[in-house]
Order: sequence, then C-alpha cells, then structure tokens
Amino acid sequence: MENANHLCCPINIILFVISIFVARVAYVLYWSGKPLRTLIRQPMCTLIILGSGGHTAEMLNLVAVLEKDKYTPRFYIAALTDNMSLQKAQVLEESLAHQMHESARERTEVAQFMKIYRSREVGQSYLTSVGTTLVAIVHALWLVFKIKPQVVICNGPGTCIPLCAAAFLLKVVGIKWSYIFYVESIARVKKLSLSGLLLYKSNLADQFFVQWPQLQKKYPKAHYFGCLM
Amino acid sequence: MGEADECRRMKKTVFVTVGTTCFDALVKVVDTQQVKEELARKGYTHLLIQMGRGSYIPSTSSGEDGSLAVEYFTFSPSIADYMKSASLIISHAGSGSIFESLQLSKPLIVVVNEDLMDNHQIELAEELAERKHLLFTRPQTLYETVRTMDLESRIPYPPADATPVAKLMDKFLGFDD
Repeated sequence: MENANHLCCPINIILFVISIFVARVAYVLYWSGKPLRTLIRQPMCTLIILGSGGHTAEMLNLVAVLEKDKYTPRFYIAALTDNMSLQKAQVLEESLAHQMHESARERTEVAQFMKIYRSREVGQSYLTSVGTTLVAIVHALWLVFKIKPQVVICNGPGTCIPLCAAAFLLKVVGIKWSYIFYVESIARVKKLSLSGLLLYKSNLADQFFVQWPQLQKKYPKAHYFGCLM
Repeated sequence: MGEADECRRMKKTVFVTVGTTCFDALVKVVDTQQVKEELARKGYTHLLIQMGRGSYIPSTSSGEDGSLAVEYFTFSPSIADYMKSASLIISHAGSGSIFESLQLSKPLIVVVNEDLMDNHQIELAEELAERKHLLFTRPQTLYETVRTMDLESRIPYPPADATPVAKLMDKFLGFDD
C-alpha cells in the first residue's frame, strides 16, 4: 500500500521519466559515431543544410560527388532570408536530373527544397533573439519530424544547430535513427565555429570533418580528408 | 578601328569587390591617387569597383589622358563575368570571393576589413597567403602591397576533391560495394 502511494507521487513519476530519458540519451550517444555494421542496399533519406557566406558552395561541392542513388530523396534546407542557396541547389539538381534523364515529376520526388526560420539575424539584438530562437527550434522540430531524415549533412551555418538537435531528439524518442555528418567550413583554419564546437563537444555529430590539418591536430576526434573548395 | 582593337587587346582590368558588405575603407584607398598611379605603372588600364552597401563614391575617370579608367557600381548579377575578365582582383576577405578568384586562377589581393568584429575570415586569408595562393593586406598597407607585389611567385590553388569525404560517408553508412 505504502509502495503504491510512493509510485503515485508525481515527483517519483517525473524522476522515473527523467531517468529513462537520461538513460536513452546516454544510449543514443553511445551508439553515435559508430558505423552501421550491416550492409545496406536501401537509399537513405538525406537532409542537406545550406547557408550563405560560402557554406552553400562547399556543401554543394560535396553533394555533387555523392552517389545519388544512395542518398535519395534529398531535402535541402536554407534560412528564410537566404535567397541564393536553394537556387544554387536547384541548379545542381537540375543538371543531375538532366544527366539521369529524369522527368520533372521524378525530380520533385528525389529533391525537395525548404526554408527555415533563423534563430538570429546578423545584427539582431540578443533580447529579441530569445523569442526568434524559440520559433526556430519549433520550426526545426516540425521540419525534421516531417522529413524523418536518415542522414544529415551540414557545414556550420547557425540553422544547423536546431536541425541537428531535432534529429537527435528523434533518435532519443525512437521515431527515426539518423547519422549526422558535420564538415567544418573551410573558412575555419585555427578554431571551430560555434556550431562546430557545439556538435563536436556534445558528440551529436557521428562523423566530424575539418578542412585544415592544423585544426585536426587540435580536435583529434575530427577527420581531415582535404578541402571541399 | 585598328587603334580600338589595339586598345581592347591591351585592356588590363583591376576588379575591386566588397561582396554584399560595406567596406568604404577599401573603396577609399583604391580611389587614392597613389594607388591608382601605382596600378597604372604596373600596366593596368582599367579599374572597376564593386562598392556594395558602402556610401563612399569613388571618382570616375574615362582614362583618356593615359591614367586608369575608373568605373564603379553597387551590385550586379554578373560579378562572375567581371572576375573572369579581370587581370587582378582586389577583394574583401569573404570566402566566397576568395575561392571564386582562386578557382579562376586570378592574381588576388585580399584586404581585411578591420571594422568587423569576430573576423574569423582573416584566418582563411592568412593561411592562403602563407601558402602563396594570394596576397593579404589591410587598407592602410594596400599601396605597399601593390608596389611590391610579385605575381610570378604565386602558387596556383589546387583543385579541391570532395570524394574522400564522400567515400568515408559511404563506408560509415554501410554502402560498401
């Protein structure tokens, strides 16, 4: 009787839920960074995060050499205020479709383009950015929940943090397991960007790449395989 | 007619670009007599300035008196074409402009904007300058850089290859063939 009362106590229930959640986070983090052992034949749904200021050009150089039948369908996401990035991705996808002789309908099935609210615009005050960050997080959760990516590729624009966190949450709650690949921008020679540092320290990224050897020495968990640009 | 053809053949343009930023300090310094005369002495005939969101308007010149012909504009969708036809590019430190110039294997002087806070892009320009792919300077030392530049000693930027990264991703995901 006493025991039952104990269990019904809301604090106990909350503690129980929290400990399950923590155990699950630890479990997911334990498996992060470990390669998939089984051979897969199925293409994987891929989320590609773009961003202005050179990020998109690097990312598209990587996407251009990925084998398209493995990374399909592809969802491109850029910030709402970024007009150029999705356009450049569309040009790349069109040239790919042209090579593969795909129809316009097939093309919309393999590649889709989306926009996301940014947590903070350049020059925005920190006070108002609390509100906009919340909006950005909810939007990221919604987009990732809709896409349910199996692979996430990003190289450091601010929007990649809420999107990667959302992908991680989907892993934790067991909706969809995904692999996060992070390539630090080539503009980072001596220090990681804030996004890079967060993903490196939190172990959220399954594989972490840098584009300069001296950066790899500083962050030994990272890989260095040359430049994307 | 023959004379005009000769002019076109001899045309050597310096293209100055600030991207989408505001970088009046750079526009002001390329507009000085000292820098323009030095560029003319080096054999350049035209100076084209993309001034972005800056407010300083450089003085234009038709160049008929044998000096540099100077033109400017704010933004243009055909920046890539201007870069292609330039003989020398003087650019802000944005990684987009830097790599676009290097991939066209144009001689490049990168001028860092010291008014920007947290200017991590200095790192990139410095590293590429150490590897002799470009020259790296500040607005107040641009004249010296132009005066002493030796374009013969620059090393072309090697074409990048993203396939090793893609291969590792494939392997990690079990896409082994």
